[in-house]
Amino acid sequence: MAMRSEAVPLTSRTDFIRGLEGFPVLPVLILLGIAALAIFAEILAPHDPEIGKLAARFRPPAWQTGGSVEYLLGTDHLGRDVLSRLIYGARVSMVVGITAVLVAGALGTALGIISGYLGGWTDQIIMRITDTWLALPALTFAIFLTAIVGPSEINIIIILGAVYWTRYARVIRGEVLSLKEREFVRLAIVAGCSKRTIMLRHILPNVINSAIVLGTLMLGVVVVTEAALSFLGVGVPPPKPAWGLMLADGKKGLMVGYWWLTVLPGTCIMLMVLSANLLGDWLRVKLDPQLRQL
Amino acid sequence: MASYILRRVGYSLISLFLLSLTIFLFVRVTGDPTTLLIEPGASQADIDAMREQFGLDRPIWVQYWSFMASLLQGDFGQSFYYRTPVLELYLSRLPNSLLLALAAMAFSLLIGIPSGILAAVRVGRFWDRAGKVFSLLGLSLPSFWVGLVLILFFSVYLGWLPSSGSGTIWHLLMPAFALGWYFAAAHMRLTRSSMLEVLGSEYIKLARLKGLPESLVIAKHAFKNALIPVLTLAGINLVIMINVAVVVETVFAWPGIGRLLYEGITFRDFPVVQAVVLLGGAMIVVVNLLIDILYAVIDPRIRLEA
Amino acid sequence: MSNSIPNSASSDRLDASGAPAAIVRPASGTRDRVLLEIDGLSTHYVSGRGTRVVRAVEDVSLRINAGETLGIVGESGSGKSTLALTILRLLPPAARIASGRMLFEGEDLLAKSDTEMRHVRGKRIAMILQDPMASLNPLFTIGDQVSEPIRVHEGLGRSPAWRRARDLLKAVRIPSPETRLSQHPHEMSGGMRQRIVGAIGISCEPRLLIADEPTTSLDLTIQAQYLNLLRDLQREHGLALIFITHNLGIVAKMCDQLAVMYAGRMVEAGPVREVFRAPSHPYTRALLSSIPRMSDSRRRLTAIDGQPPDLAALPPGCAFAPRCVSVMERCRTAEPPETRDSGRSVRCWLANGELPKSNGAL
Repeated sequence: MAMRSEAVPLTSRTDFIRGLEGFPVLPVLILLGIAALAIFAEILAPHDPEIGKLAARFRPPAWQTGGSVEYLLGTDHLGRDVLSRLIYGARVSMVVGITAVLVAGALGTALGIISGYLGGWTDQIIMRITDTWLALPALTFAIFLTAIVGPSEINIIIILGAVYWTRYARVIRGEVLSLKEREFVRLAIVAGCSKRTIMLRHILPNVINSAIVLGTLMLGVVVVTEAALSFLGVGVPPPKPAWGLMLADGKKGLMVGYWWLTVLPGTCIMLMVLSANLLGDWLRVKLDPQLRQL
Repeated sequence: MASYILRRVGYSLISLFLLSLTIFLFVRVTGDPTTLLIEPGASQADIDAMREQFGLDRPIWVQYWSFMASLLQGDFGQSFYYRTPVLELYLSRLPNSLLLALAAMAFSLLIGIPSGILAAVRVGRFWDRAGKVFSLLGLSLPSFWVGLVLILFFSVYLGWLPSSGSGTIWHLLMPAFALGWYFAAAHMRLTRSSMLEVLGSEYIKLARLKGLPESLVIAKHAFKNALIPVLTLAGINLVIMINVAVVVETVFAWPGIGRLLYEGITFRDFPVVQAVVLLGGAMIVVVNLLIDILYAVIDPRIRLEA
Repeated sequence: MSNSIPNSASSDRLDASGAPAAIVRPASGTRDRVLLEIDGLSTHYVSGRGTRVVRAVEDVSLRINAGETLGIVGESGSGKSTLALTILRLLPPAARIASGRMLFEGEDLLAKSDTEMRHVRGKRIAMILQDPMASLNPLFTIGDQVSEPIRVHEGLGRSPAWRRARDLLKAVRIPSPETRLSQHPHEMSGGMRQRIVGAIGISCEPRLLIADEPTTSLDLTIQAQYLNLLRDLQREHGLALIFITHNLGIVAKMCDQLAVMYAGRMVEAGPVREVFRAPSHPYTRALLSSIPRMSDSRRRLTAIDGQPPDLAALPPGCAFAPRCVSVMERCRTAEPPETRDSGRSVRCWLANGELPKSNGAL
């Protein structure tokens, strides 16, 4: 039965534009910049990120003595251009990060809605699992899973999704529990809508806001975890230039002072995570003040 | 109160059960767990023998039962690499991680609590905004990168501190800072919001009405009350710290269970990996339970309610 | 510095329930001394960018003499609590004292620095809050919390302050005070907690005690006892009492003077007996027509149509006009000025400069 959702109106367009005050310009620009790097890597990167000239190993960045414009940000232990690796690394971070967040978000939101709305045994089971998985630290759990299925880009995405969906489920379920008591849901029930319809047409649109805010905040967390996994050697496998992997490689040159191999990839990670967090904070305030406790 | 405790214990047992079940199932999710549970390079005969031993041809619930049975007896398998029982290995490394976590916790509280209080008392002004910046940085700077940069500065450039190993307090400083960094920001945030909440309460209003100097109002009346949730979080965070120290311990070659985990994955020593995850999760569940019980016993209000 | 008024109040009579049935007249001389004088006081709450201004208290004037009891009556949001906090200058950061004057014992309260105000609070002017459970810090003992103001204001050491606290608990009629001193708030009943808050209030022998709805959270049976206690304390210590309440029954029993507030404005004021007998303002009239009895003091004043106005968006003219049964055209366009006459005041166009004649006013 098709019922127009008389739900609590989401932020309408005019409200949204008016609410653009405090818009985090810089973070969004940074994120868009990283995305641009990711998309246009082939055009932007001066060198091949995976093949290097051994003769050009450990070159420092262009502004230091020994550096050259050819390798603007220096080279690593295999003579690979750092700048190019950073650019292609943006692609890895973006792809893995965003996809994993979407996977976790979809799974977590769905289970959160089901669990919250249907209640009863379904709710109990899902919640117990959620609590247990939440008790397990994400990084440890992710490492465990990579040890089982082996690292690859796809696997990492799935694993991160599997580890982080519980965060969504918890929050969304909470929202659903309070939404359940609202007028429009009761009206829908009285009107004879099926459970599936109610969940899809009435509940889902109202929790999307929270899911989005949570998603931006999770992006930072996921990127850091992926970097940690790559650093430990169980993330995106070489020679793909994940930033975390670059940090691991960079450690080799650290004791001799080859600082650019550590500082530069780390800065990229930091910028991406910082921007995602700032964006998430702003969204949280704008879209739903009730989410302050996130 | 007794019923409350019983209920909590019940929940924890269910959590532990689900935890072991999850781990167990995941190991078998690939279909053939022998690839994981058997040393790489073992002969076919060995593999078959192992199959027998593990009962891999038997129904799944029987397998789970023997899995749990051995766990409860303390048998977590044998490390391929070290050739010693995993539990022994784990317990020998645990004190090191505990030491690191305690140091990191001390650091995070020493920085987090005062800055949180300052931010709450000067809400909206300079210290509060500085606090917000600090909080963001804490969230956004990965702990291992902080560790690497610290090494760069203090070991490579300044040569003051050793970059790896353990043994002296100098070895402890940088890893503790790197590990505690994120939590310092988390504790600051919680202290701030807890303090703000307390400052808005009626008894603070009354304290001011009594004509008490503001410093007394904050130091005596607000402080203790605000600290309660922070210390609770700190207790839980301590255990979490032990478990997420993997990368910091790897960066600094600190001989704790985080590094053990790293060795496990590097050397494909699966029993070790499995044990670290299991024990880590169990540790967190148990500590959560203990903290809840402790609160039920200490806080007279809960005692009366429950 | 104890100024106990010699108890020559011969007109005291106790009725059957043990409550004083008549208004106490303390010895002459002290009565005429003005304790607190407020003139044209306005307190506004200003939101962040100054866009929203809530006129919580607007042009309020009142006067209270030593030993007197003033009742301030009004619905929620009428500004009574804000008024009390303004007197003590304990407003939240968003509030501004926009205009007016406050003189306490001849001293200008608005001119005082924060440190000076600190010496006033608790020591010369004290306040009791509504919810005793929330007012007491759950982590500290009763003895600690009661002796605290004494230690701070009078510099007493721990033991002597503790003894004073015990005497105070006795004064508020708490049985076995020694045991109570080392207990915590949650171990007491609501009535006891409110008495303790009262003890804290009088601990440094203030000249003025402000009680903000002190009986609202108490059980019916305890309310009468508590009010009697306040009564006796007032007599013994020569306190002036400002009683903030929405309950006219309490005002009838306890207060000498009455001030009625609506939407931040004081719409009527005067001696209780006279206002009750001949109210001038339509709001007061409406309130009185539903006056509850002491035994029924829980019933809310719901006799008036409509809702209290939004203090940030007041209509032009008299704030009460939308709900007034005697409203005139003039009321909607212009705010009525305050008319004062021999101890009474009214803010209403109906008064037209004339008040019902009072007889034998104080």
